[in-house]
Amino acid sequence: MQRQEKTIFQYIDKISILFYFLLTFIGWIAIYSAVYNEEYKSIFDLSQNYGKQLLWMGCSYLLLVIILALDFRIFEGISPFVYVTTLILGAGVLVFGREVNGAKAWFEIGSFRLQPAEFMKLGTVMMVAYYLSNTDAAISKLKAKVVVGLLLLLPVGLIILQHDTGSALVYASFIFVLYREGLSVNYLVFGGLSILVVVMTLLLNEWTVAISIALLGAIYVALSRKKRKALWKTLAVVVPAILVVISVNYAFENILEEHQRQRINVLLGKVEDFKGAGYNVHQSLIAIGSGGFFGKGFLQGTQTKFDFVPEQSTDFIFCTIGEEYGFLGSVLVLVLYAALLIRILNLAERQNTRFGRVYGYGVASIIFFHVFVNIGMAIGLLPVIGIPLPFISYGGSSMFSFTILFGILIRLDSGRKLVLR
Amino acid sequence: MNASSRQNLVIFIMLGIFAIFVLRLFYVQVIDDSYSLRADQNAIRKVTIYPARGILYDRNKERVVVNRPIYDMMVIPRQLEKDMDTLSFCRLLKIDKETFIARLTKAKNHSRFKPSLFQTQISVEEFAAIQERLHEFSGFYPEARTVRSYPYSSSAHVLGYIGEVNQRQIDKSEGYYLQGDYIGIGGIELAYESDLRGKRGVKYQYVDVHNRIVGSYKEGSFDSMAVSGEDLLLSLDIDLQNYAESLMVNKKGSVVAIEPSTGEILAFVSAPYYDPNLLVGSIRGKNYRVLANDPSKPMFNRPLQAQYPPGSIFKPVQALIGQQMGLISPETRFPCNGGYRMGSHTVKCTHVHDRLNLEESIQLSCNPYYCWAFKTMIDNNPGKSSPEGYVIWREHIAAFNIGLKTGIDIPNEVRGILPSVDYYNKIHGKKWYANNIISLAIGQGELGITPLQMANVMAIIANRGWYYRPHLVKQIGDGKGATVKAAFKEKINVGIDDKYFDVVLDGMQKVVDAGTARAYGKIDSIVVLGKTGTAQNPHGQDHAVFVCFAPRENPKIAIAVVVENAGYGGVWAAPIASLMIEKYIKGGTNRTALEKRLLEAVIP
Repeated sequence: MQRQEKTIFQYIDKISILFYFLLTFIGWIAIYSAVYNEEYKSIFDLSQNYGKQLLWMGCSYLLLVIILALDFRIFEGISPFVYVTTLILGAGVLVFGREVNGAKAWFEIGSFRLQPAEFMKLGTVMMVAYYLSNTDAAISKLKAKVVVGLLLLLPVGLIILQHDTGSALVYASFIFVLYREGLSVNYLVFGGLSILVVVMTLLLNEWTVAISIALLGAIYVALSRKKRKALWKTLAVVVPAILVVISVNYAFENILEEHQRQRINVLLGKVEDFKGAGYNVHQSLIAIGSGGFFGKGFLQGTQTKFDFVPEQSTDFIFCTIGEEYGFLGSVLVLVLYAALLIRILNLAERQNTRFGRVYGYGVASIIFFHVFVNIGMAIGLLPVIGIPLPFISYGGSSMFSFTILFGILIRLDSGRKLVLR
Repeated sequence: MNASSRQNLVIFIMLGIFAIFVLRLFYVQVIDDSYSLRADQNAIRKVTIYPARGILYDRNKERVVVNRPIYDMMVIPRQLEKDMDTLSFCRLLKIDKETFIARLTKAKNHSRFKPSLFQTQISVEEFAAIQERLHEFSGFYPEARTVRSYPYSSSAHVLGYIGEVNQRQIDKSEGYYLQGDYIGIGGIELAYESDLRGKRGVKYQYVDVHNRIVGSYKEGSFDSMAVSGEDLLLSLDIDLQNYAESLMVNKKGSVVAIEPSTGEILAFVSAPYYDPNLLVGSIRGKNYRVLANDPSKPMFNRPLQAQYPPGSIFKPVQALIGQQMGLISPETRFPCNGGYRMGSHTVKCTHVHDRLNLEESIQLSCNPYYCWAFKTMIDNNPGKSSPEGYVIWREHIAAFNIGLKTGIDIPNEVRGILPSVDYYNKIHGKKWYANNIISLAIGQGELGITPLQMANVMAIIANRGWYYRPHLVKQIGDGKGATVKAAFKEKINVGIDDKYFDVVLDGMQKVVDAGTARAYGKIDSIVVLGKTGTAQNPHGQDHAVFVCFAPRENPKIAIAVVVENAGYGGVWAAPIASLMIEKYIKGGTNRTALEKRLLEAVIP
């Protein structure tokens, strides 16, 4: 026993743990700035968000230690149970939940709120990893695609019913996991091109885009040597693309909710509305932009300190960093995330089990997607989608869920040597 | 594709997106600096600190113009709440809903984020009621200002008034004035604007999203204090001024009193007058229209702008000039015969006298005497043609500041009328004589003199030949830097030798003691020297004029009184001047019956 304990901690990946601590610490300082209140100057004051965040951080560290102390072999086995439990919570919140900002996504227990969606990500990652490691089916086969698709659709459906679009979008990040497990690169290309086409369609006239695509296809065929083969290939791309183009506006006008349409229009610069839908992003950009190269310094941000940016400690926490620590601080945070992500992907690759590898890719994909959407929104490159910045944003649910997500990977990694090949 | 290249592609996509973010951050944070500006506009509010406008004191240090606090209601449209209780807000400000909407629209058009003026000039009393409930209406906040207040309700024509600057004034001021600033519009307020206005201060404060002040910007290192305007010490004696106004009640005309030794104006009345408090604050616009449309023209500044033929008060001046020219001596006598005949035209006299000497001619105001005297000065100047004689005579008259602006320190003074020789050359050709222009002899015809000029002429005679330019501000500022405008420090000589004054003063003393003003002008124990006059009025009753000074030695006060449509000068104008002298020198009068008659008289 003594010997095994020693072994576990010896094999813990200290580099990623260090990044984890750095990010949570940066978050705590940023939250202190964001909600700074002259009356409660102590950063440990538990009545303020920064004090609470410290409490969440402490609990998370404890959680991390507990996870590391667990037998790494249990995680794969409990995956279906975790998945089902989080789904039940997700369904339960629809009935017993409390509505906040139009999303019925929280359980309220006393003064604490729990957001099941945060934990459904964990359950889904575990379940997908479990499924892929316990079946021979390659992801390139239709059956595996259908099963994984269903595993993803269940939580997505529940989250959409909770009106929490942001959290639902996170599941798109599983494309990286599936790609790593053998999904054709065409899906990535198709995904990327679809996004491009959708954006172009929303920006420009739909017929302009459709005709342009058709023209490009025609040019390609004309320049090809094997014209017949090229024609079929082109038609296979062009026809669905044009269908996408035509359906985009319909989807935009009829499926999206009004505030979502507004946010997209603001982002595309079609409406300039600094007071309504565009207010958050406008103020966020002012905050980040006014930070300059070196930033205004700790507690010197006027935008964040004087509440011009809403949701500063949660969804717009990056503003505080951008304003007070400038370009330097912002890039440092991005570099930290990049380093953590690369490290996690390396950890995933060195796992001896498929479960471990799929799980590791899932963790990296989810963290990446959160960072991508959150910062992209804060700097005005993406529409406003309210999801937290991992390890930094204020909030117990997201702090715990990311810690567990991350902790399990570290535990799997530290025990990998004990797994027989 | 093998595993490691798949991992690399995933890393490549992630890093690629982060790289785009870094570029975007570089653009937003380092290249585009407009965001810093907008952050400052968001969070830093520039608060103007308005300086206290200088206070006006009378010569005895009584406060004549003071500052009274009022409030302006400002609005920042963006901060209005959607569910604001507009109705009760309108009730609070006593405006209707249309006004509310109109003003808010105007403010929104100016800026949604920056403050605009919503309602101006809310009195302290009104504001007390508003303040209690103002916190219910976010986006509205008060700004303290001051307006003028006039404890004595008098001297409106001297003091002028202030109002908000117009766009033309803002443009002209090269950045000094801003929208909503006050500026002097008339009288002392206009003339001494640059002394009175002081210097605006500015305070930079941090405000949060609710526009609450949360601290000062950079510990106030960019703030500047407001510098109060200079106080002014007026030359007016406010008691005398008020007394003069009360004597002029229900009459039209002017009273100007000057201290001869300094040129300081002691009283300056234009009747009908108005309460300067009418042109203060929110009531100004309405009252201004009423006053401007009043047919009795209360806004007309008669002492400065009304010009009358000087009439008989011209005679002492003629007497002095005639002597100085060496053409008339105290014992020069001219016939009266009840009129000065030139062919078919006769300049009549009120009486038929014997041949009078110079002193008697003034005492009895003999018209033919001055026709002969004028003829002597113009036609019989040895070696000079009549036009040349006129030029010399005219220069002497002009030296008394007749037909020229006195340069008083309030605006809109008129020059008066004193025709040039060219004017007559044009009418009469090169060859003309005194008889062509004989009306001038007795101060009629093409002559115009303002009441201010009349009083100044009296000051010159009282001083026996010199004067300081009449002025209303004795001192700008107080303490060490106190000063008066340079123009008022210059002693001006009119070029009449001292020895020629005795006979004229004797005559003027007799006017009061035994002449045309004896009935109402004479005061026991004070020697008053004066001259009555009647300014012909082609539109109705003649205007009564009386000019005088007292005492004869070390004169303390020189006065000109014009009562329009009051007929002969001795009856209405002389007693007003006389009562004022008594008030000024003795502190009051025991001629209560006379006083009462004047206070009650109505001369339309």
